[in-house]
Amino acid sequence: MDIRFRGAEPSEEERAAVDALLGPPATAWDGGSRSEADLRAAARAESQRDLLLPALHAVNDRVGWISEGALDYICRRLTVPPAEAYGVATFYSLFSMKPRPKRVLHVCTDLACQAKGAQDVRRRVEERFGPAGTDWHESPCLGLCERAPAALALEAGQPHRAEVYAPATPDTITTVTEVAPSSNGHAPSVNVAGETPVKDAVPQAGNPDLVLLRRAGVVDPASLDDYRASGGYTALRRAFELGPAGVIREVLESGLVGRGGAAFPTGRKWDATARQPDHPHYLVCNADESEPGTFKDRVVMEGDPYALVEAMTIAAYATGCAKGYLYIRGEYPRATARLQHAIATARARGLLGDDILGKGLSFDIELRRGAGAYICGEETAIFNSIEGQRGEPRSKPPFPVEKGLFGKPTVVNNVETLVNVLPILERGAQAYAAAEPKLFCVSGAVERPGVYELPFGATLRELLELSGTTGTTRAVLLGGAAGAFVTDLDIPLTFEGTRNAGATLGSGVVLVIDDTVDMKRLLLRIAEFFRDESCGQCVPCRVGTVRQEEALHRLSRRVDPANSRRSDDDDLVLLREVGQTMRDASICGLGQTAWNAVESAIDRLGVFR
Amino acid sequence: MIPLQPPRRLIDVEIDGEDVRVPEGSTILDACHAAGKDVPTLCYGDTLTPKNACRVCVVEVEGARTLAPSCSRKAEQGMKVGTDTERARQSRKVVLELLGSSVDLSTTPRAAEWAEEYGADPARFGDDAATVEQPAKVDNDLYVRDYNKCILCYKCVDACGDQWQNSFAIAVAGRGFDATISTEFDAPLTDSACVYCGNCVEVCPTGALSFKSEFDMRAEGTWDESRQTETTTICSYCGVGCNLTLHVQDNKIVKVTSPHDNPVTKGNLCVKGRFGYGYV
Ligand SMILES: Cc1cc2nc3c(=O)[nH]c(=O)nc-3n(C[C@H](O)[C@H](O)[C@H](O)COP(=O)(O)O)c2cc1C
Ligand code: SF4
Ligand code: SF4
Ligand code: SF4
Ligand code: FES
Repeated sequence: MDIRFRGAEPSEEERAAVDALLGPPATAWDGGSRSEADLRAAARAESQRDLLLPALHAVNDRVGWISEGALDYICRRLTVPPAEAYGVATFYSLFSMKPRPKRVLHVCTDLACQAKGAQDVRRRVEERFGPAGTDWHESPCLGLCERAPAALALEAGQPHRAEVYAPATPDTITTVTEVAPSSNGHAPSVNVAGETPVKDAVPQAGNPDLVLLRRAGVVDPASLDDYRASGGYTALRRAFELGPAGVIREVLESGLVGRGGAAFPTGRKWDATARQPDHPHYLVCNADESEPGTFKDRVVMEGDPYALVEAMTIAAYATGCAKGYLYIRGEYPRATARLQHAIATARARGLLGDDILGKGLSFDIELRRGAGAYICGEETAIFNSIEGQRGEPRSKPPFPVEKGLFGKPTVVNNVETLVNVLPILERGAQAYAAAEPKLFCVSGAVERPGVYELPFGATLRELLELSGTTGTTRAVLLGGAAGAFVTDLDIPLTFEGTRNAGATLGSGVVLVIDDTVDMKRLLLRIAEFFRDESCGQCVPCRVGTVRQEEALHRLSRRVDPANSRRSDDDDLVLLREVGQTMRDASICGLGQTAWNAVESAIDRLGVFR
Repeated sequence: MIPLQPPRRLIDVEIDGEDVRVPEGSTILDACHAAGKDVPTLCYGDTLTPKNACRVCVVEVEGARTLAPSCSRKAEQGMKVGTDTERARQSRKVVLELLGSSVDLSTTPRAAEWAEEYGADPARFGDDAATVEQPAKVDNDLYVRDYNKCILCYKCVDACGDQWQNSFAIAVAGRGFDATISTEFDAPLTDSACVYCGNCVEVCPTGALSFKSEFDMRAEGTWDESRQTETTTICSYCGVGCNLTLHVQDNKIVKVTSPHDNPVTKGNLCVKGRFGYGYV
């Protein structure tokens, strides 16, 4: 590869940010000063493309934006063609390629927040800071739905800081943005400024019957000793007794299916990967959680980070992976800090690294931060993102178990899926299956929003009795923006029960809509979300999501149908045709599901009748 | 010279009820061709790994939840494929409408014919439908980038990058509807890593990338393919001996292409072969 550069120079600060990540340059050819000796030596060009995303973060975190000089320097250090690095940097919404203030506010305008008055917050912020785009941005769901409406301030610097406002009132935001944040968002075990305790997100906290949430909000998430004292690492010991094949057998027998949305049997995925002759195998924990209305993984990671570390270790042991990537969304500062701390202490105590617990198991976890792209939660887009490519999904087949990260057999699992492996091993597959736990993210018009744990098979009504509803419930959005609106509260909350009702459990979203919510506006927000988050790779989704939004705008605006050149029926036909084509012909699940919620609102709630 | 391929097993596939045998590893599109079917394609390139981004080649595979891109899905033993089913035709129609309403397809070969065949009416999205309209980028004397016509098929990126040229001058930037083909920081081509091989122009299916000569003649209204002759000859610059096809109109070379079935060059040339015809 012959890479050409345009010769833009980085500032001292930008260079320092990159060097802090990569170490000082070894030779002149990757960015150092040129010496006589360098001119005589042939430097090996070794691509470290997979460090591109961390390097872009390093500059963006420190300076607030990525200049051409900084990008050029990153490319020299990593041997990446600048045009491609530019393509990657412009893919993510948390990066800026133009100068901008160090402190930027992200105001969530997504579903749960919209149902809780995000419009007022947005208006006040706009009055105060002017139009969105520089000082502040409208943000897709921040995963703080139980505290909606939410906002997140990110401030570049050394160190960079994060500050959460949730619930954000119009006043807190306009006053608080003026003062410097008081604590470093990435300091381990300290609450990120403005964050309430995890306990507040777990209304059932302390209930002795909880399985997945039994520690969340109860033990100190920063203490490995607390974790061990409350049963931590017994599952790993049991795994060592069973051996890798035995662990897979237990997981198969438990009937565990993936909690990331696609509901694929986890044991089969593990088994298929373990059997692949090609090596190395990789483990990827999907902690990207960007589905609007979803926050269960965040709460688990914030409240019980060691559980995820232990579960990943077991998954790696069973499937023969020496390396695991934990891909966490960029908007989760507290979960990131908690996991960084958990990984570091586990490593220091011999629970990660070589020879774990003296059993000869070698496994380590690398934490990767996403940078604002819902699509990176798609299992193959994650691989591209980790590899330093644009986060575009790959076409399947081949499936990840065969060719995944770096072209090698890979297990991808959701956070909740992995955490389920602990009770499977602790209790045995049979006992686990008898009362299989499921997490639900309840938000919207409810008295006690938060993450709930119920055994599979409970009905929606039972769940809402726990959380309480406020106002008159009009509908419930199940499964998030890619899910469907339902009105029948007696739906059993199982994969099958929801499927029979023409809905999906998806990522466990239960967003309660009361009759004060403007449904047309909510549908517009869903359409806008998909249009914004489409990777742009395939035509049905890239253009289809735009046409869907345009038609919904027309339908919502139309006051007097007699006066309009088009009829509502034209637009409804158009929506159906475009929707069906997105579902049939898109490459990945984003385009395939972008019409689900809107269709269900039209058909079941008669929104445009 | 046709290099001898290792023998491959044959598999049986059913295309629209008709049995065909194709070598293992063939795509559904290969099987369709073997069965004599005409499946529309846009992003498929005969010399490139298909990106399957345009989705006009979708077919219905029995038992599959979604339609399959025939250009890149491998045919499997016993697969039953419908190329002309109601569902596949409907998807192609809408995809052609989505493209036609957002991109200028006036120089895309066969676009009008397919629109007619599938009954695609891009105008139904209304006059305010968003488009990718933007001024053509004319920043050098050799070729023009008119991204108003770009369907984002990724072929130019693949040709410039690791599939052929290894120059990596262009890539996809941005995302969603705002995604475009771009140099780094959107710099002019003259400042970029481009070596003007024109291999991207060779593979572009829409005319978004075109010879400056062609772009200028189209603007003047003098471009007329019916008056052009094509002569394939050998490049006289170096000893590699690449094949050139000279397109001549009114006794003047108006552009140079290269045969894709040449086993050595596969349609690729360097700046001299592609653009250095001034001396002829
Ligand atoms: C657009 C899109 C976004 C997704 N986002 C997530 C996500 O944020 N977290 C997640 O676990 N799975 C997500 N998925 C599902 C993953 O592709 C994959 O099915 C899952 O991570 C597999 O893990 P599981 O088997 O444990 O469910 C997403 C899928 C699509 C199509
Ligand atoms: S469906 Fe949408 S998100 Fe998925 S590959 Fe296509 S354009 Fe990208
Ligand atoms: S002319 Fe060649 S080098 Fe330049 S962009 Fe096209 S393919 Fe790349
Ligand atoms: S410029 Fe041409 S080859 Fe490149 S992506 Fe656009 S249509 Fe495809
Ligand atoms: S944080 Fe706003 S919708 Fe979730």
